[in-house]
Amino acid sequence: MEIVKAKDVVYEYIRRDEEGNIEGILKAVDGVSLDIRQGQFIAILGHNGSGKSTLAKHMNAILYPTEGTVWVDGKDTKDEEELWNIRQTAGMVFQNPDNQIIGQVVEEDVGFGPENMGVPTKEIWERVEESLKVLGMYKYRKHSPNKLSGGQKQRVSIAGVLAMHPKCIILDEPTAMLDPNGRKDVIRAVRALNDVEKITIILITHYMEETIYADKVFVMDDGKIAMQGTPREIFSQVDALKSLRLDVPQVTLLAYELKKRGVDLPDGILTIEELVKELSKCH
Amino acid sequence: MLRDITLGQYYPTDSIIHRLDPRVKLGGTILYILSLFFVKNILGYLVAALFLALVIRLSKVPFKFMIKGMKTILFLLLITVIFNLFLTQGTPIVTFFGKVSITYEGLKLAVFMAIRLTFLIIGSSVMTLTTTPNNLTDGMERMLRPLKVLRVPVHEVAMMMSIALRFIPILLEETDKIMKAQIARGADFESGNLLQRAKSMVPLLVPLFISAFRRANDLAMAMEARCYRGGDGRTKMKPLVYEQKDYLAYAALAVYLVISIGIG
Repeated sequence: MEIVKAKDVVYEYIRRDEEGNIEGILKAVDGVSLDIRQGQFIAILGHNGSGKSTLAKHMNAILYPTEGTVWVDGKDTKDEEELWNIRQTAGMVFQNPDNQIIGQVVEEDVGFGPENMGVPTKEIWERVEESLKVLGMYKYRKHSPNKLSGGQKQRVSIAGVLAMHPKCIILDEPTAMLDPNGRKDVIRAVRALNDVEKITIILITHYMEETIYADKVFVMDDGKIAMQGTPREIFSQVDALKSLRLDVPQVTLLAYELKKRGVDLPDGILTIEELVKELSKCH
Repeated sequence: MLRDITLGQYYPTDSIIHRLDPRVKLGGTILYILSLFFVKNILGYLVAALFLALVIRLSKVPFKFMIKGMKTILFLLLITVIFNLFLTQGTPIVTFFGKVSITYEGLKLAVFMAIRLTFLIIGSSVMTLTTTPNNLTDGMERMLRPLKVLRVPVHEVAMMMSIALRFIPILLEETDKIMKAQIARGADFESGNLLQRAKSMVPLLVPLFISAFRRANDLAMAMEARCYRGGDGRTKMKPLVYEQKDYLAYAALAVYLVISIGIG
């Protein structure tokens, strides 16, 4: 069953001059169709301005397509009556952790979503406890979010979405403002949500390393889907990625360069372990 | 560092006063302040002082924190006392230069006014010292709920207040950052007269405002994404429920009011 389905989606930003006349129309998303099945781990890659964040906001009914249709769990996002159901089904985590935490105490922030949904008080507490435990933030439940590190804040944000019991979580560049350690923690937490809780994950990012665990990768460029496939399929096309102004992971690049110089290696090596194994086979 | 500042003046400790429902504390403070203006004689103020002392004792907050609040109004207090002392008509006690005189009535009024203001400030300090800002907002929202009938956006105002409280430390930190960035580029925030210094704030305020608007936009989107749609149909994670101790506190307050009105 498809949790998110998009058909020929177009989204136009209209630029106006000071008098309100239309200066130009920018197609941020241009004819995108995709199907995401329940339980998948999807990564959407692209450089700045490729339309990936705009596309993500369609999956949570924050933006509506100018043309085409987006369905979340079978519901058309333009259907106003289903708006809150859609937002509950597809939770969204944003880039800046400071700008999405509402509560002054960690546990209050995690409870914000369920409060809005009208969940009874006792169940809110159960959900908050459960979500914080899944994200490994339970011991910080009484802390002020201002005193947490970026990675911890972002895990609180994810817990806040998880407490709404979504089927799907969309993460819009959740690691862009974090240090490498915070980034690792967040990605580990996201993978666990997918593996253990079976929640569909849609990860928007421009860090290649974060996409290697995905079931499927979409590469966006200029509002269109330029490439799609498994991480291995995508990363074996080093030249194509470079032409889209994207860098492949260092290991993959190393393997690619070695292969070009005559070392017998398969395409699309994604991890250091893999490269070590393949290299030791060569001898 | 800026991020360690405490907002309001909450003094974190565990006492019976801290654990009271914020509505009791809010209502109690308002009634206490009102009682100060009903009381007309020294015995009444003695009762008020005893009551205040008891509450302070129960709150386990060191007395010097209560005094801190006094510093800010010291000037106001002084002016009030001086005005009352010299400008009240009545039987003169001392006369200076044959014109300005201190009257018996003026002295009495000045002393009472000073006592009133002092108790008023200490009394409300007890509330802010023992209640977190968040709790206070919750209490106000709940107490003002009847005003909703008159279309007063009680929930929205409370939500705005709690968001403001959450963002003040973040914006302070940001101010610090922008200030340093501008100093690094040669901005001067410290020298010059008042006007020049006010002018030099412009390169600080413009980026700060832009960033605040951007944050507001992001936050609104994040709140909508988490199904926020106003106060209707919303449940509370920490609903305010009166417990036995709250009823006892109300009873104690009633006893105080009866006594103070009785003898005042």
